[in-house]
Amino acid sequence: MAAGEKPAGEALAGRHLARTPMAIAHARIDRLFGWLTQGIAALVLALLAGIIVSLVVSAWPSIERFGFDFLTSTEWNPPKERFGALVPAYGTLVTSIIALVIAVPVSFGIALFLTELSPVWLKRPLGTAIELLAAIPSIVYGMWGLLVFSPLFGEYAQPWLAATLGRLPLIGGLFSGPPIGIGLLCAGIILAIMIIPFIASVMRDVFELTPPLLKESAYGLGATTWEVMSGVVLPYTRAGVVGGIMLGLGRALGETMAVTFVIGNTNMLQNFSLFQSGNSITSALANEFAEASPGLHTAALIELGLILFVITLLVLAASKAMLARMARSEGAAA
Amino acid sequence: MNLPTNGARSVSGGLPRHTLAQGSAPAPLSVALGLRDFNFYYGKFHAIKNVSMDIFRNHVTAFIGPSGCGKSTLLRALNRMYDLYPDQRAEGQLLFHGDNLLDRSVDLLDLRARIGMVFQKPTPFPMSIYDNIAFGVRMHENLSRAEMDERVEWALSKAALWGEVKGILGRNGATLSGGQQQRLCIARGIAVKPEVLLLDEPTSALDPISTARIEELVTELKSEFTIAIVTHNMQQAARVSDYTAYMYLGELVEYGVTSQIFLKPAKKETEDYITGRFG
Amino acid sequence: MNIRLRRRMVNVLALSASLAAMAFGLAWLVSILWNVISLGIGGISVSLFTLETPPPGASGGLGNAIVGSVIMVGLATLIGTPIGILAGIYLAEYGRRSWLGSVTRFVNDMLLSAPSIVIGLFVYAIVVARFGGFSGWAGVLALTLLLLPVVVRTTENMLLLVPNSLREAAIALGAPRYRVISGVTLRAARAGVITGVLLALARISGETAPLLFTSLSNQFWSFKMSEPMANLPVTIFKFAMSPFEDWQRLAWAGVFLITLGVLLLNILARTLFKDELK
Repeated sequence: MAAGEKPAGEALAGRHLARTPMAIAHARIDRLFGWLTQGIAALVLALLAGIIVSLVVSAWPSIERFGFDFLTSTEWNPPKERFGALVPAYGTLVTSIIALVIAVPVSFGIALFLTELSPVWLKRPLGTAIELLAAIPSIVYGMWGLLVFSPLFGEYAQPWLAATLGRLPLIGGLFSGPPIGIGLLCAGIILAIMIIPFIASVMRDVFELTPPLLKESAYGLGATTWEVMSGVVLPYTRAGVVGGIMLGLGRALGETMAVTFVIGNTNMLQNFSLFQSGNSITSALANEFAEASPGLHTAALIELGLILFVITLLVLAASKAMLARMARSEGAAA
Repeated sequence: MNLPTNGARSVSGGLPRHTLAQGSAPAPLSVALGLRDFNFYYGKFHAIKNVSMDIFRNHVTAFIGPSGCGKSTLLRALNRMYDLYPDQRAEGQLLFHGDNLLDRSVDLLDLRARIGMVFQKPTPFPMSIYDNIAFGVRMHENLSRAEMDERVEWALSKAALWGEVKGILGRNGATLSGGQQQRLCIARGIAVKPEVLLLDEPTSALDPISTARIEELVTELKSEFTIAIVTHNMQQAARVSDYTAYMYLGELVEYGVTSQIFLKPAKKETEDYITGRFG
Repeated sequence: MNIRLRRRMVNVLALSASLAAMAFGLAWLVSILWNVISLGIGGISVSLFTLETPPPGASGGLGNAIVGSVIMVGLATLIGTPIGILAGIYLAEYGRRSWLGSVTRFVNDMLLSAPSIVIGLFVYAIVVARFGGFSGWAGVLALTLLLLPVVVRTTENMLLLVPNSLREAAIALGAPRYRVISGVTLRAARAGVITGVLLALARISGETAPLLFTSLSNQFWSFKMSEPMANLPVTIFKFAMSPFEDWQRLAWAGVFLITLGVLLLNILARTLFKDELK
């Protein structure tokens, strides 16, 4: 198919595609708008870099003075200017573990209920209720925990725990001491209530990603609902479930108000009992920072914040990676 | 204001030699778009190979061929939609009023105002019917309210939609039926007064009745616009087009007057496809 | 016991446990809401909104704290929303595959998941410690930094949900890119973006931790943004932790207001989105 020797268009007395003033104006605005959005995106980027740099700079006096000992020392003594992070770090860790131990099975149960058991008309309202639980500000949990939950907890639950679990070997020590309500265990429970909605919604969402065909084939073999869930759905969604748990852990680690109200705020550890008061990184910051003397005390508190930031970033990065893996395998299966 | 006034720029020179194999086309013929050694790539994939052809003014040209033959790719290249995607590129010449549209210097906004496009699925914008039509016009012209009203009515009438929507111009475009939405998109396309209208399988998502209306519309619109239509439906190509191009595996196998292509194709492959022995 | 019976029993047990878990989760919600309402509603009166926070033992309200919160949350929303939407537009429309796009997206996710108290520390380090003390502006900055990543995220996600065919259709009309975005894609994503802003607004109105060492608090009416500013969450914290009963009563009233506001914002955001999807 030979082309015409003469370019087709030349025969036509047409308007050339020249730039009209309007087109030039459009192009100019277009370029400006593109730059504007790009600049703003760069600003967001600069902010995070700014956060990390400014935290490191502000924490530097403490990092320089205490070095690695900061992480292993239990002493927190503002007048003597000696600071160690072990007590608050222990509090953060322990409360988060308690929260996960309670929240993970409960969240799994809720997600199971919402995807498999609930009558259709109840799914939406119940799902919404669980999501609303996630929207309640943490100060509400904290205040409720301190003024309503902890007195009841100290009066009824703790003596009972001490009388049952407290008598067991090995773990008995965890449930001993005076039942004062507030303390590490109480903070862990309040945290659990806070993170249940987060974990449950993620689990529900990933369960619903399971291809119906997969479930139907299992049901077709005569499997019970529980067997389908534990044998088919859970393995299929494992990465997503772990991602959801990590998300909850990230929340628990960084939560401030709910913990500060009920953890007791003492920088000493006598034993391993979960009944005793303690401190977490966040509660130490919330209580001391505004009144801390400038200098080493402030720097040490900021270093605490920096450690917390790095840990939550790692946990949430892991969570994101797991959820992304889930999404990818879902995409590959589809 | 530098307005495209379609049809007004009529033929001034002699007829360019077109690449039709045989048959005589209705006269007078003038070329709207000329492709010369046109090639197209998706990354490394060579999707269109050395196509040379002319698309004639005020006629309907249909592109047919099995899925993946490159017919839609070719159509989308004619107003450089591929510029949106960094890994796609075209080579060769695409002549329009003496300019090679593949040149970097071509103003894309102006180009697209003059070569409009309607897509496979209706794409009403999330705004009122009136604003759907006015959206494109506002980009290129400063019209008074009265002039805009007139233009909207003109475009909707051309698209045979005016009667159905004149009372509900303020309603969201998405509330119309599928067939109405597609006519709205055609009206939106012609409101800008382009010279060429590209239709990419415009009826594939529609029911038979809506399809028939759009086909009627295409036939009516060719007196004012040059139309290129991609269709997977051979009967449709036979019904609406003056010229038909059969493509296969990125090559232009045969191009000619529609009746010729359907009744007496020059090539065996074309005949096989047309008669349903293949594809 | 035969195997079929055992499987049935395991199933029933597991499903009962699931039901119990659901009841457990709901019980907390009901219990918290019940306490907040029953203990808080009694404190709602005109003077709660008109009087300033009292010293222990005197009568007063939360007027200055409510006004301070509204001012700071409002300013943070006004500043953070346009910035967040523009950055979200960049991520979804311009920088989908660019280097800046992927790094910004990553960083935004980190910002999104940063503990709010760390944001407070950051603002303390760059503003409070450097420019003469606690101030309303520092509080606004902290709240903006909490709102921003949420808005960026939702804007990007909602824009990505807009089908490409709509973009192409607008571009095929010769529309310049900024008009395609402002007139078509952003408009199509409108409901989702507004929902995101409302949810972010709800989130920052209850935030306490980042205000503790940025805006601090103020016992009196305070309209000067350069001075410590009263706000509801920090006042509630202070009052609830105190041993004084009338302070605790005010704290319950404040918690009632915040919970009500946050839940209403959430419900509003949900219904808004649902209508738009129809």
